Amino acid sequence: MSDGAKAAVLHGALIAALFALHFVLPAYHHGNLARVMVLATYAMGYNLLFGYTGLLSLGHAMFFAAGMYGMALPVTHLGWAPGPALLSGLAAGALLSLVAGALALRTVGVAFLIVTLMFAQAVYLTVLYFAEWTNADDGLVLQRAERVLWGLDLSDAGVRYLAALVLFSVCLVLSLWLVRRPFGKVLIAIRENEARAEMLGYDVFAHKLGAVVASGTMSAAAGAAYGLLFGYAGASFAGVQYSILPLLWVLLGGAGTVIGPFLGALFTFYLIDITSGFTTAYMAVVGVVLIALTLFAPQGIGGEIRRRVWRGLP
Amino acid sequence: MRLPGRAAAGNVAGMEFGPYLMLATLEGAVTAAVLALTAVGLSLVFGIMRVVNVAHGEFFMLGAVLAWWVASWFGGHAAIGFVAAAVLAPLLVGALAALADVTVLKRVDYDPERTIVVTIGLLYVIQQVVLMTYGPEARPVEPPFNARLALPWVEWGESGPALYWPWGLSTTSYKLFVIGAAAVVLAAVWLLMRHTRIGLVLRATQMDGEMAQVFGIPVERVYAFTFGLGAALAALGAVLIVPIQQAHYLMGGDPLLLSFIVVIIGGLGSLPGTVVAALLIGLSDGIISVFFSPTLAKILATLLVALVLVFRPQGLFGTRAA
Amino acid sequence: MSLLQTRGLTKAFGGLHAVQDVDFDLPEGEVRALIGPNGAGKTTFVGMLCGRVAPTAGAVRFAGADISRLPAHRRIREGMAYTFQITSVFARLSCRENVALAVRRRKGDAAREVPAALARVGLGDRADQLAGDLSYGHQRLLEIAMGLAQKPRLLILDEPTQGLADSEIEGFVALVREVRAEATVLLIEHNMSVVMDTADRITVLNFGEVLAEGTPEEIHADGRVQDAYLGTGDA
Repeated sequence: MSDGAKAAVLHGALIAALFALHFVLPAYHHGNLARVMVLATYAMGYNLLFGYTGLLSLGHAMFFAAGMYGMALPVTHLGWAPGPALLSGLAAGALLSLVAGALALRTVGVAFLIVTLMFAQAVYLTVLYFAEWTNADDGLVLQRAERVLWGLDLSDAGVRYLAALVLFSVCLVLSLWLVRRPFGKVLIAIRENEARAEMLGYDVFAHKLGAVVASGTMSAAAGAAYGLLFGYAGASFAGVQYSILPLLWVLLGGAGTVIGPFLGALFTFYLIDITSGFTTAYMAVVGVVLIALTLFAPQGIGGEIRRRVWRGLP
Repeated sequence: MRLPGRAAAGNVAGMEFGPYLMLATLEGAVTAAVLALTAVGLSLVFGIMRVVNVAHGEFFMLGAVLAWWVASWFGGHAAIGFVAAAVLAPLLVGALAALADVTVLKRVDYDPERTIVVTIGLLYVIQQVVLMTYGPEARPVEPPFNARLALPWVEWGESGPALYWPWGLSTTSYKLFVIGAAAVVLAAVWLLMRHTRIGLVLRATQMDGEMAQVFGIPVERVYAFTFGLGAALAALGAVLIVPIQQAHYLMGGDPLLLSFIVVIIGGLGSLPGTVVAALLIGLSDGIISVFFSPTLAKILATLLVALVLVFRPQGLFGTRAA
Repeated sequence: MSLLQTRGLTKAFGGLHAVQDVDFDLPEGEVRALIGPNGAGKTTFVGMLCGRVAPTAGAVRFAGADISRLPAHRRIREGMAYTFQITSVFARLSCRENVALAVRRRKGDAAREVPAALARVGLGDRADQLAGDLSYGHQRLLEIAMGLAQKPRLLILDEPTQGLADSEIEGFVALVREVRAEATVLLIEHNMSVVMDTADRITVLNFGEVLAEGTPEEIHADGRVQDAYLGTGDA
């Protein structure tokens, strides 16, 4: 079987399994998995930049939040329907990633990390500053009536799960398609050896900017969907913790693999879920896992699969 | 750090503008003093080890929490507990940081990006362990002395300039002590770097780690020492501020952000630049918040820092390329 | 007509002139060697040709157009290819993908051209190996394959035989003779026997300036060049 066919089977099987789980999972885990799929979409967006292009951002919460507020603000204040609001969330993410990317990509290395962190902090503070519209930390709650998309009531658990699955599947296939296209292969080349890629005649800056916009827009899609599916947009989603989490998910699941973000988000979600049953200090687990991964398994789960089972894992 | 300027400003509504500004400047000077200590710690680590320590704010927080612990364990007169805290808390935090350097940072080879990731991990571990043990409460440390000092202001009366004491325009002996103590410690760091053998070794490592190794400098120990010293300075800054603020497990976020801002504005790794920038940011933070909401001031400061990094990476005061 | 031309090309680092006021002409179809003692400014000069180093003064013309202000990737698109002095391949990608990246950039047919380019440098049976797993000599050859796959008008090779075994050098010399039918070659080289065997003309740089230029025989006989290499020259 060719690598392409294998990849199609593997990722198709994941989507089919998630669909099958819709009918068998108990309510609690059913709800969790819906959440995980949206968060995994966010992680896939992050992975496009970190895993495939080799750019470590510490500010992706700004894109997630751009999608979330780009959707929730028009719904709350302008009475927009969820469909157009979803699009305005995407547009907000695309625009912000274009501007932030064009500026941040003038820096390299550690400065890039700090600049993205600072931009995200500015966005977070902006959400707090305009409390009159955003309701700051308390956030905006979307009413049931505001969450009916094309006749589908997204506050219903079953509809919500399937909507999350559609979002996840579309972004999974998009990721897969993107990294197998010439554009994605150039991103990988930039990750591996930027100077060489440039001396092959590739416009490195333009490709990186393209990666930031693709990554930021996918993250915004996850943010907008999260707000719509779970009926809430709060400032905490713009905070630094939501910039760190996708990094953790992708590191754990395997940076630069299409399936890694889902695995990482799933494991982390249940790890935190279980730990928070014992202590309020559950974020300590996040810290320990981050350190342990960096020290002992920098390639994550996906990297191990690639090393032991199938080198061609995309 | 929660800015003392705003707390004081809240009490003096109705004060005239001149005295108000003077009060804001004084409070800003306290912020600047503590910020300078904290930021110099971050700057030392960046300058010598070429890594960014994201857990720096947690070392600050740990200093404050340990200060509370030491002070309450000693009991007796407030001064005894405070002096014990000022000695023990930075030592303990410094030792812990050196340990983290040897066990974690060394093992990622001080790779800039991986160091950032592991120090983020360290940030959560320290913060959450403090939450588990010390709890979510905010607790104060009693200052060793705290006399209120009323301050005069000049007013043009009918018979020329005259001094008067506006209501609310005051500071405390402890706040003046914080400013003085920070200045003394900064001078000591300067002397250490410029006029001691340790300083020579540190500067040699800063210039070229590999070359230093060739010349027999134990670079690994230098790194552990530097990381410990940087954390200890943050802890000392926190010990000085806990009698004014309270110790809380989430208090590390703002000092981290402000130290970042200061170190970047001052020119990465430059000590004099860092101190100048700390004064600028600390003082202006007090004064700006007179005119703007503190959140807006923070937004502007954050964006300023990002743009400085984008367009002028050597810092506003630096001249060499970073 | 010159394919490549520089006028007054200068690079100063602080007060130090790494390259000073170089006028250089390379006619189409020639194999030119650029030689000079260590620190003569060869790599800086070539860096300015392909846009990796910004000149302090002077102009570069390529195929009749002024390219002084073009970024590196645009110059490559105009028909230059450059192989690095220190081997620079995509270590964690397969040899096939390394060359395919070069082919795809100019919208070539990767399926057909990649095997041909690999076969040409003798790496035909290693297409699926990771580039990083190749021996040093093979990595150099892979980089040359990437250069050829770009179908450049000007191929700049920065010390290509450094670290190669004698048998590999023979293969390289044969390759350069073959390539000259398709591209102009600028070769920075320390190995004088390679230079003598391949170059039509030689340019000698010393202290950032052109010391001499001529056929291999002329350069061989030039006393100033010998002095420069022996370190006794004051030119």
